Amino acid sequence: MEKVLMKGNEALAEAAIRAGCKCFFGYPITPQTELSEYLSKQMPKRGGVFLQAESEVAAINMVLGAAATGTRVMTSSSSPGVSLKSEGISYIAGSDVPALIINVQRGGPGLGGIQPSQADYWQATKGLGHGDFHLIILAPNSVQEVVNLVSKAFELGETYRTPVMLLSDGLLGQMMEPVAFPDIQANEADKSGWAADGTKMARPHHIVNSLYIEANDLEEIVRRRYERYAKIEETETMAECYLTDDAEIVVTAFGATSRIVKSAVNKARAEGIKVGMFRPITLWPFPKKELNTACANAKAVLSVEMSMGQMIDDVKLALNCKLPVSFYGRTGGVIPTPNEVLDEIRKLNGGAQ
Amino acid sequence: MAVVFERPKSLCDVRLHYCAGCTHGIIHRLVCEVIDEMGLEGETVGVCPVGCSVFAYNYFNCDMIEAPHGRAPAVATGVKRAKPELTVFTYQGDGDLAAIGTAETVHAATRSENIVVIFVNNGTYGMTGGQMAPTTLPGQVTTTTPYGRDPKTAGYPVRVCEMLATLTGTSYAVRTAVDTVPHIRETKKAIRKAFEMQKAGKGFSIVEILSTCPSNWGLTPKESIKRLQEECIPYYPLGVYKDIDQEGGERK
Repeated sequence: MEKVLMKGNEALAEAAIRAGCKCFFGYPITPQTELSEYLSKQMPKRGGVFLQAESEVAAINMVLGAAATGTRVMTSSSSPGVSLKSEGISYIAGSDVPALIINVQRGGPGLGGIQPSQADYWQATKGLGHGDFHLIILAPNSVQEVVNLVSKAFELGETYRTPVMLLSDGLLGQMMEPVAFPDIQANEADKSGWAADGTKMARPHHIVNSLYIEANDLEEIVRRRYERYAKIEETETMAECYLTDDAEIVVTAFGATSRIVKSAVNKARAEGIKVGMFRPITLWPFPKKELNTACANAKAVLSVEMSMGQMIDDVKLALNCKLPVSFYGRTGGVIPTPNEVLDEIRKLNGGAQ
Repeated sequence: MAVVFERPKSLCDVRLHYCAGCTHGIIHRLVCEVIDEMGLEGETVGVCPVGCSVFAYNYFNCDMIEAPHGRAPAVATGVKRAKPELTVFTYQGDGDLAAIGTAETVHAATRSENIVVIFVNNGTYGMTGGQMAPTTLPGQVTTTTPYGRDPKTAGYPVRVCEMLATLTGTSYAVRTAVDTVPHIRETKKAIRKAFEMQKAGKGFSIVEILSTCPSNWGLTPKESIKRLQEECIPYYPLGVYKDIDQEGGERK
């Protein structure tokens, strides 16, 4: 298949159009801006809608409106902007409509910085708004995987009627890599049972809503949603295991950081250290079973992240404290080097060499 | 026997939750009469707010979406951009539209989104029990202005139609009231014109309707109408503030 050299943000935008995304609502923020700019050029030419909203808050609510009509829709932002979107994301989840949200993460908290970061792991997996709900969180680690996961993200969202987040970062968004666009089947789910797109006087009216004023009704609705979540946890986890079969040390990493960790693992293997890497591709649901399998022979686990340590919580929970889990990370936009990670692996292997 | 008055078909046959004497019921009815008369029910999507009319999705028989507080114009924008063939309206109160949703309101107008905004202004947060709204009059006692709204500390009321009329994108901005039969008829005419403008692709319309809240004003329905006439209408003069049809279709 022909490959083209593309920036992560632009490749994501192109993949979204090919996956049948019909509407984009967004607000400028670094380091995701190329994504919006690409769509502003392409959407009008290819039968889609591009609209620059007055705020992140407005953009996510435009997404809610378009999603409620059954239209394939997305928005993209970066960390501080995603915080603003969290109100709308909670309503989208509570209204059971599918939508794709992109977070090209940057350093935080507050205005933070504009360099790559993974410090929105907690936000994405635990706290993207008020109330009992989850999003499916996908974390690619290459421009190609970004492209591959976009149509998957739309399909998952429509299958389970849930918002899905593709968690990118400034590194994946800004770097250029050769990428191929596979023939994407834009399989759309049947939305005729719930979409608010006009009754045509042929059915009772549809109500897209997250308000249930009776406590028992709300509990019932939330419970039913959690039954869907249970199914997602059972069937939709994705992970990559790299040299974990005989690994005594397993390094966990997601997204761009896993590329750095892979280099460090290769270097350590060359030194004879039995180390492997476990990479969750779905951050929610977290691939617990797959991690335990990958750690079957492990004596120690190391979580490497571009944060002060957030995914490490899920790693510990998944392992149920069976193994010691240590942490190495850089934050604020600083990217860890393979040698820094290698040093950590050596320490776990019995001391620095 | 000839039927001379009946429930509009696009108004659901359910009991409304509004307090006795509240004018939301009249306004719901007027919107539904217009939808019926224009034959729009099957192609209309309504967006309701957070506030007293939060349950309006149970009352309008067309497809309905419940928006986060203040975000109805953004939600409606998403609906209309995704499916331009639909007729889209929002139904919002003053706290929703003129406080927490000011940005969404102003920018939907300035983009001239081809939607209708029904804006019910009764000068109070009814649903939460009568707090100060952006349209609460100076001196008015509410649960959060127990000594009367003092503009020195609580600011001045917002005149929404006057503000939106300054925007090039606003196509139709009108303020009416539902205190008398002639005013109710004028309100219906304004709602009809707003929907007709959307059908003709003419852009953003807002119909601001001065309304009452007997429960939170602490007045009987009759006294509330009197207050609307004596205090509210003088502060919020009725009339057409912008109509691009009157400007030869040109935007200024």
